[in-house]
Amino acid sequence: MIAFALRRAAASVPTLFLIVTASFFAIRLAPGGPFEASQGLPPSVEANLEAAYGLDQPLPVQYGRYLAGLLHGRFGPSLSVRDVEVSELIARGLPVSATVGLAALAVSLIAGIPLGIGAALQQGRLLDHVATGIAVLVLALPGFVVGPALALAFGVHLHWFAAGGWALDVRHLALPILTLALPTLAYLARLTRGSLLEVLRADYIRTARAKGLPERQVILRHALRPALLPVVSFLGPVVAAVLTGSLVVESVFGLPGTGRYLVEGAIDRDYPLVMGMVILYGALTLAANLAADLLHGWLDPRVRHG
Amino acid sequence: MAEAGAFAAERVAAEGIAADRGLAESRLWARLRSSGRARFAAVTLLAIALAAAFGPLASRFRYDQLDWRHIAVPPFATVHWLGTDRLGRDLAVRLLYGTRLSLVIGLTATAVSVVIGVAWGAAAGFAGGRIDGAMMRIVDGLNSLPYLLLVIALTTLLGRGNPYVLFAAIGAVGWITMARIVRGQALSLKRRPFIEAAVASGASAPRIVARHIIPNLLGPVIVYAALTVPQMILFESFLSFLGLGVQEPLASLGSLIRDGAAQMGSAPWLLAAPAGLLALMLLGLNLLGDALRDALDPRG
Repeated sequence: MIAFALRRAAASVPTLFLIVTASFFAIRLAPGGPFEASQGLPPSVEANLEAAYGLDQPLPVQYGRYLAGLLHGRFGPSLSVRDVEVSELIARGLPVSATVGLAALAVSLIAGIPLGIGAALQQGRLLDHVATGIAVLVLALPGFVVGPALALAFGVHLHWFAAGGWALDVRHLALPILTLALPTLAYLARLTRGSLLEVLRADYIRTARAKGLPERQVILRHALRPALLPVVSFLGPVVAAVLTGSLVVESVFGLPGTGRYLVEGAIDRDYPLVMGMVILYGALTLAANLAADLLHGWLDPRVRHG
Repeated sequence: MAEAGAFAAERVAAEGIAADRGLAESRLWARLRSSGRARFAAVTLLAIALAAAFGPLASRFRYDQLDWRHIAVPPFATVHWLGTDRLGRDLAVRLLYGTRLSLVIGLTATAVSVVIGVAWGAAAGFAGGRIDGAMMRIVDGLNSLPYLLLVIALTTLLGRGNPYVLFAAIGAVGWITMARIVRGQALSLKRRPFIEAAVASGASAPRIVARHIIPNLLGPVIVYAALTVPQMILFESFLSFLGLGVQEPLASLGSLIRDGAAQMGSAPWLLAAPAGLLALMLLGLNLLGDALRDALDPRG
């Protein structure tokens, strides 16, 4: 297991390195230098500015410094927010995004998987139709439609929840979390349903039933564990979906999280900010994929030794 | 002489498969026509596409024409039958223009992703071995990142506002799943006797890929392409909603939803109309893609 874990972890290092390298060159080679906006600077001042930021060094030296900075958690200065480091913006936004994102992840797991199990066990009956109906609808209703609709209905008209803004209470958090959780919830429900239905057709389930085991035990002990394998390996994409969903949810509900910094950075063409976020989100996605891989290997010995 | 014989053998092999395909196609149409969902989706999409293509011609307003006497009027109250936005622009015309742009971007981005994905996947699958390994490594690396992040990074670097940049960026990252599907199919096709016959008759590798591998991949490629269109439309709307995609005075469904969401308290129709249309379109495209997949699935 440990060898397997190390092998998988090592495999994600080149990808991360590739992201970092691509980000560095994207920042350096992008058209328009950082001091383009402050036009009419005397050449000597510009040269001093470039020297202060190390931009007068050869590219390999700059690259080495960028890597060294990353190892210390520094992503360079932001170009659009004055006198602030990108890492400081991340430190400000991350608690907000992590709260909403983790809560949404928990909601979609806790609600989605049982919904899928219920739908599979009640195949063709009401619960199944409700679950598959939700899944189809959510496919056609992206977060940037659901979010404003929820805010309009429950925030503006009914006043049950706040239509936007950030505070650590149910009033402010319920709608963003629901908006973020819905698509992954529907996806997980559909995935669980399909995979459980397939497992229930297997021979060893028939054997378990033939032995006279109570149905509850057949489902919980024999069917569920293998049925959840595809769900586990989908953890990576689910985390990726929550991360990208956070961009929409944070701008719909006006939450001061990393997603909003990323969007504003992209609008202002703040390369260091955008690339810092790309590295951060890329690393988080890689970590989620790795976690899914390890969990999969732990649950299914065939993966470990394959 | 020997060469002519070899080509004949190659052609017979290819035609045998083509005849198979003809049969499969007629069965496919029969299945598609019998599906109520597929018919509903096809009719809805056709209506939307026709309206988007020709509707703006029939309207007396332009998409960027300001009407200062009718600012943010509700639907069915004035000559603007779906109402106007905060600048007095006709919502119906902007919706049709937005749908047109969303459809064009969705189809173009899909075409870009199909071309890259099929070429990449077929080449990797047919080459096999170390080349295949290296090519799929790249795909895996890209696949472990959120697509939209790459698109946002690309649009930041290339500058936003240009729709061409937008669909190139979306298509450039959307080919990964296509490449995987095609590669898997190409790997199994490679071992089929008619490919061996083509190899034995001395056909070059590019010729085999172009004439024998790719034509036999059409089924799965069409299905996945059909399912890619709504994804691409969704990407575009997502970016436009965030303000990174289509810019004023142009409109796409995403940018209209963005404008609508900003004034949903005072003018809810500005949000409801584009959101409803986008949802209907995505639903239709997804249903159609699913129906195609079911019709092509031999187990179904």
